Amino acid sequence: MSDFTLEISYLIASICYILGLKMMAGPKTARNGNLLAAFGMTLAIFTTIFLYDDGGKLNNHIWIFSGIAVGAILGWLAAVKVQMTAMPQMVSLFNGMGGACAALIALVEFPKALEHMHGNWDSLFMATILCGLVIGSTSFSGSMIAYLKLNGNLKKDIRLPFYNIINTLLIFGIVGLTVCLSGNHIEAEDFKMWAYLLLGAASLYGVLFVLPIGGADMPVVISLLNSFTGMAAMFGGFLYDNMAMLTGGILVGSAGTILTVVMCKAMNRSLTNVIFGAFGTGGNAVSASSSEGEQKSYKETNASDLAVLLNYSQKVIIVPGYGLAVAQAQHVVHEMEELLAERDVEVKYAIHPVAGRMPGHMNVLLAESNVEYDKLVEMDDINAEFSTCDVVMVLGANDVVNPAAKEDPSSPIYGMPILNVEDAKTTIVNKRSMNVGYAGIDNDLFYRDKTNMLFGDAKKVLTEIVTELKNL
Amino acid sequence: MENIITFFSQGGTMEMVYVIILSIILGVQIIESVPAVLHTPLMSGANAIHGVVIIGAIIIMGKADPENTLALVLGFIAVVLGTLNVVGGFVVTDRMLEMFKKKPSKNKE
Repeated sequence: MSDFTLEISYLIASICYILGLKMMAGPKTARNGNLLAAFGMTLAIFTTIFLYDDGGKLNNHIWIFSGIAVGAILGWLAAVKVQMTAMPQMVSLFNGMGGACAALIALVEFPKALEHMHGNWDSLFMATILCGLVIGSTSFSGSMIAYLKLNGNLKKDIRLPFYNIINTLLIFGIVGLTVCLSGNHIEAEDFKMWAYLLLGAASLYGVLFVLPIGGADMPVVISLLNSFTGMAAMFGGFLYDNMAMLTGGILVGSAGTILTVVMCKAMNRSLTNVIFGAFGTGGNAVSASSSEGEQKSYKETNASDLAVLLNYSQKVIIVPGYGLAVAQAQHVVHEMEELLAERDVEVKYAIHPVAGRMPGHMNVLLAESNVEYDKLVEMDDINAEFSTCDVVMVLGANDVVNPAAKEDPSSPIYGMPILNVEDAKTTIVNKRSMNVGYAGIDNDLFYRDKTNMLFGDAKKVLTEIVTELKNL
Repeated sequence: MENIITFFSQGGTMEMVYVIILSIILGVQIIESVPAVLHTPLMSGANAIHGVVIIGAIIIMGKADPENTLALVLGFIAVVLGTLNVVGGFVVTDRMLEMFKKKPSKNKE
């Protein structure tokens, strides 16, 4: 009877995940979808603790509950305290925890399996355990590197010489070793040693895989690692014949993979480019050649002039970017927007699909600082409006406003959808310096007649503008 | 090869394969029509769901021999990490989605 109840509760849990994910795909139902999935998870966890039975009930309830209590308190605190700007690295961290959990399960299970299997080897069973070990540990170490990179602890994109070759060899090594181990081609005494070696190699691969990938591609990588952990959970489900783990794992595995592809599409990048870094090298070549050309001149403006200009404008469009998020200037932007609105200036935000650190991240950040939802306009809807506006303020964005994407077929970002800021009467670009953006290419927009550069940290500059506006 | 044939002819395995394939198709279907705005929360939500791996950790913990300290400690860590993934994942997602919900309703006022 309890077995039946458990199976039913797993079925309900699986339905909750599916419906939850489905609801999360629409803005109105998203929050309830998340709660529904959380409900399914809670149900699956508690029915497992009390009803799981494979010839004996589960023991050690004290250990289990204290583990859950510790994890729940830590997880809840971390999730509540984290700044909205730090959200991507938090997701990466939690993802790594899941991966580590899957790897630990495999680590406990393989010696047990080894004892049971003497004389009666089950290759597929062993392969299931080892796949969980490999994928889980890769996901863990990769997520940790992604976390460190997004958190700013690890700033440089480290590229070992021939890293693509090293990584490929490592993959072949890992696959080969997994096949050998599960096929019982290795002496029983040495099995454990080789399995630990496999764990080490998989962890190393996670590190080497993420290290060379640039900051702007990190969301894609996190999404990919997310689907890795999903697959690790799936192998766990296979191992225990557990339907809740199986369906949950596969759902995330396949949904995560598609999400990765969709994200790449929004950035006009291919997944292989992100992983093998062809983009970075191409961009370097271009920036090197353009710096050889004659020095182009640009115009500079300052906060007080800009404040006057804004004050007498009728329509202002703000283009927030990565730099704005880094400077944590979203609250000041909102303050400026309100001051301008008091003076009957129409203010809108133009949101590029990949503005911020992740698709949709900029919406979250601006929503947090109380910018009204309908002032955030998506790229396709606002592009026609630039020609009717007086001032465009580009705050810490670069590649997404580079006209080369439309005009220069030789540019590496050619074809990427961009915001047509050059159509406006005046374009103000706020950057910290004339340095190139993530794509590593020069931006012709900065040298145009209608463009004025405003150098400085976004938060500092905007605060100055707000002060000036108040004095006017 | 023989191994694989015996594997598939085992009771229940074919059902598993069905579940896997259908779930993959379902996962793909669900994600395909998502607006870019929701990518981040959706990824975070999916992230929380794979925390279901905690069930494996619970099973390990529950079946561990109380004498076997190593298994207990590893299992305990696994349960803690899995819970972190689940609880942290859902709470973070909720925080993100809360912001999307608040704004339009405020406008109506």
